[in-house]
Amino acid sequence: MKREKIRATLPLDEPTVDKSLLVRQVRARDLLRGDIEGLDLEQHVEQSVLTTRLDKVLNWGRANAIFPATFGLACCAIEMMSVVSPRYDIARFGAEAMRASPRQADMLILSGRVSIKMAPVVRRLYDQMLEPKWVVSMGACSSSGGMFANYAVVQGADKFLPVDIHVPGCPPRPEALLYGFNKLQRMIMGDPDIGWRTRYSAHGTEEWARELGEVTEEARDAYAAARDIAEAAGEPTSGQPGTPVDVAGPPQERADVPARPERERGRFI
Amino acid sequence: MVRVSEGNGAGAGNGSHPDEEGLRDDNMRGSAPAHGRDVVARSSAEVVGTSLIERTGVEEALEPEQELMTINLGPHHPATHGVLRLLVSLQGETVIDLKPIMGYVHTGIEKSCEDQSYWKAIPFVERMDYLSYFFNMQAFCGCVETLLELEIPPRAKYLRVIHMELNRLHSHLVWLGTSALDLGAMSMFFYCFRDRDRILDMFEMSTGQRMHTRYFQVGGVFEDIPVGFEKKLRAFTAEFPSRVDQFEALLTNNEIFLQRTKGIGIVPRERLKALGVTGPLLRAAGEPWDLRKVDPYLAYADFDFDIPIGTVGDGWDRFRCRIQEMRESVRIIDQALAGLPEGPVIADDRKIVLPPRHELGTSMEALIHHFKLVTEGFRVPPGEAYYPIESPRGELGCFVLADGSAKPARVHFRDPSFVNLQCLRDMCLGGYIADMIQNLAMLDPVLGGIDR
Amino acid sequence: MPDATGLELIRAELNDAHPDAVIDTYHRHGQACLIVDAEQIREILGWLRDTPGQEYTFLASVHGVDYLPAEPRFGVHYELLNMARVERVRVRAELSDPGEDALPEMPTVSDEWPTADHQEREVYDFFGIVFRDHPDLRRILMPEDYVGWPQRRDFPIGGEPVIFTNTERDVPGWYA
Repeated sequence: MKREKIRATLPLDEPTVDKSLLVRQVRARDLLRGDIEGLDLEQHVEQSVLTTRLDKVLNWGRANAIFPATFGLACCAIEMMSVVSPRYDIARFGAEAMRASPRQADMLILSGRVSIKMAPVVRRLYDQMLEPKWVVSMGACSSSGGMFANYAVVQGADKFLPVDIHVPGCPPRPEALLYGFNKLQRMIMGDPDIGWRTRYSAHGTEEWARELGEVTEEARDAYAAARDIAEAAGEPTSGQPGTPVDVAGPPQERADVPARPERERGRFI
Repeated sequence: MVRVSEGNGAGAGNGSHPDEEGLRDDNMRGSAPAHGRDVVARSSAEVVGTSLIERTGVEEALEPEQELMTINLGPHHPATHGVLRLLVSLQGETVIDLKPIMGYVHTGIEKSCEDQSYWKAIPFVERMDYLSYFFNMQAFCGCVETLLELEIPPRAKYLRVIHMELNRLHSHLVWLGTSALDLGAMSMFFYCFRDRDRILDMFEMSTGQRMHTRYFQVGGVFEDIPVGFEKKLRAFTAEFPSRVDQFEALLTNNEIFLQRTKGIGIVPRERLKALGVTGPLLRAAGEPWDLRKVDPYLAYADFDFDIPIGTVGDGWDRFRCRIQEMRESVRIIDQALAGLPEGPVIADDRKIVLPPRHELGTSMEALIHHFKLVTEGFRVPPGEAYYPIESPRGELGCFVLADGSAKPARVHFRDPSFVNLQCLRDMCLGGYIADMIQNLAMLDPVLGGIDR
Repeated sequence: MPDATGLELIRAELNDAHPDAVIDTYHRHGQACLIVDAEQIREILGWLRDTPGQEYTFLASVHGVDYLPAEPRFGVHYELLNMARVERVRVRAELSDPGEDALPEMPTVSDEWPTADHQEREVYDFFGIVFRDHPDLRRILMPEDYVGWPQRRDFPIGGEPVIFTNTERDVPGWYA
């Protein structure tokens, strides 16, 4: 974790900072004697004391001490239990305190198929959780209905609650769940994983951006922000910001197909 | 352990009822039966009677100070072993009535199977009772093989038995871990899951997947076990009985465990049979009924193993039965490994079973068969069959109605947990709510099987 | 399982005891089945349990089957087991679909065979077959207010089509 030097007071002119050890030792001795004050004191404090924003500390605490809610629905619950087991220990990430009551939990791991009878119950449990709360949709069934495309299973839990992380698998290996859990931790700490679009310079290939036309303002800002983070981390980014890349080409004109209705921008379908 | 007796105790606990003989234990039980209202008098305990009416005394009018409180346990509850909802009417802490409500993980598997070819229905059916997936597969494949009148090769039978007995161990380990967790013995959970992971390593080695392996196919098994599987499995079975001894050392003579399970949840054997209960619950009550012995299927007739039978049918007997079944499963696996015959692992009827991949490059018929089987699937002549096997929870039966096409017209699973759940009410009535948790744990319900 | 001749003997004796109870039998794949009149199901199962030579005391399974388009449409299967001889026999009660608004009915056996309690509720839940005099006939696995009988053959499987974006762009509404 990088040390952030944030000034608690108004930014002043950058004083010269002497980093040699002897000088610092002398300064420390003077500090203890009460001989340094004013600008020197602040500069010394910034150099030697780890300061950071309060919310960063909070996020770090939240991410490393998540209380999952014990919510097993079906087969994925067994793999979730084995994540708690000694081999794939989730306690090393601080999340072994599984709380039974939703009021004491912050993460809901939806492990298993959500049937139509269970969906209102899950929603009620989610509502009973206190902010901040996160949802990990574990397995194919809760992410998208899985193999059960029928009358009885809700085709994806994100039809009725916001899901932060989807973990694929049927059932996902415990390591896969831990990988998703680590991604969630990074997300909580405000330092999300660089998405694959940045990694592969594929900005503008999203479904909505393939339409001929421009990128929306929010998307442009979001991509700029992601690009900044990527650049700060030293990762490659795509060339021109905000230019959609028309990967699939323009839609072919076909006589037998009815004309596409006008759709508003920014929606997937 | 004290237990409140309802009613005037005229029929309850006088000691004359023959079914009560197993219940009496002079050290633990109290003195004369007590009348209802006085709290002090009520606290001197007496064994509850066996008939429902005696135990609950519901037929007498409830006095004002006896209030019924109906609470709802679940569907989200740490101790319901899945999403089971129980409506429990309590008087104080005593269970007066109990109503299970299921369906919270109903997935419509039986209906979905009607839309898939027989081969593609196998992953669906194995997700029903999600702890015993090999048994689900065996029930379905065995039923379809009955309809097709297809013989599977002996090596496939042995491999199926090995994987099924490993699955039985896995299921009992998960049961033991979660039940002990319900009763407060948290470390059992970790020990059992540690061993469970070793079994899953076996499955991953032979089938490629930890759970829901889609290993059994109609005609045999998907592919042969790899080199090194036998050695690793032998190492496992050599060590596992000592692990079971460790589990027993933790629980069997543990005073707390004994007090919580001894004498709790007894249902007479005839009542269990009337309720259709099978599996370790019925065996703990003293009925020597195990489909592997009485009606052997696959290769079980070749092996020498015992069926543990209980005497009283309380929670402790159920625990002991399952622990001993784990040991017997290890014996079966050892014998199966020792006697594993050589040969093909799947039948060679190309109209039903995929040809091996190396033939696809050279043989035109193999290619055509492969194409037809993958796109359409094999057709099963019209007929219906019911194929029961012994799963870790009881009799798992699969009914398949075939109408001559490549898709089954009806698949139904007679799931043991669904039928066994009907005895929960009998087990819990008259006991404490804490005993209800224990009864539910010893019942070993798996909601995937109950709800399908 | 009783073999084919044993099955015919059962049929003959059962028809002596309860006239016109057994409509048909078949014996295939080593499994014996009696096709019976649904209204007399209580007497038939009782006879199979109580007659000294038969003693099928264990009801393993009660489940429903929809034979559409064959007539009669519904069958309720009772899998009986004789534990002493380890013999199974299947009793299939046939019911017709009475039409649009009515539901097929048959008497319940749950008072004599307690195991049929939940299982008959399941048959009602999925096929709409009403069991007369059942103590608590309501849906068991579907939500209580669900409309429709899911496992009937003319009930759709349900679910949603998976939308692939490229295809949707080129041929909108392709799944319809």
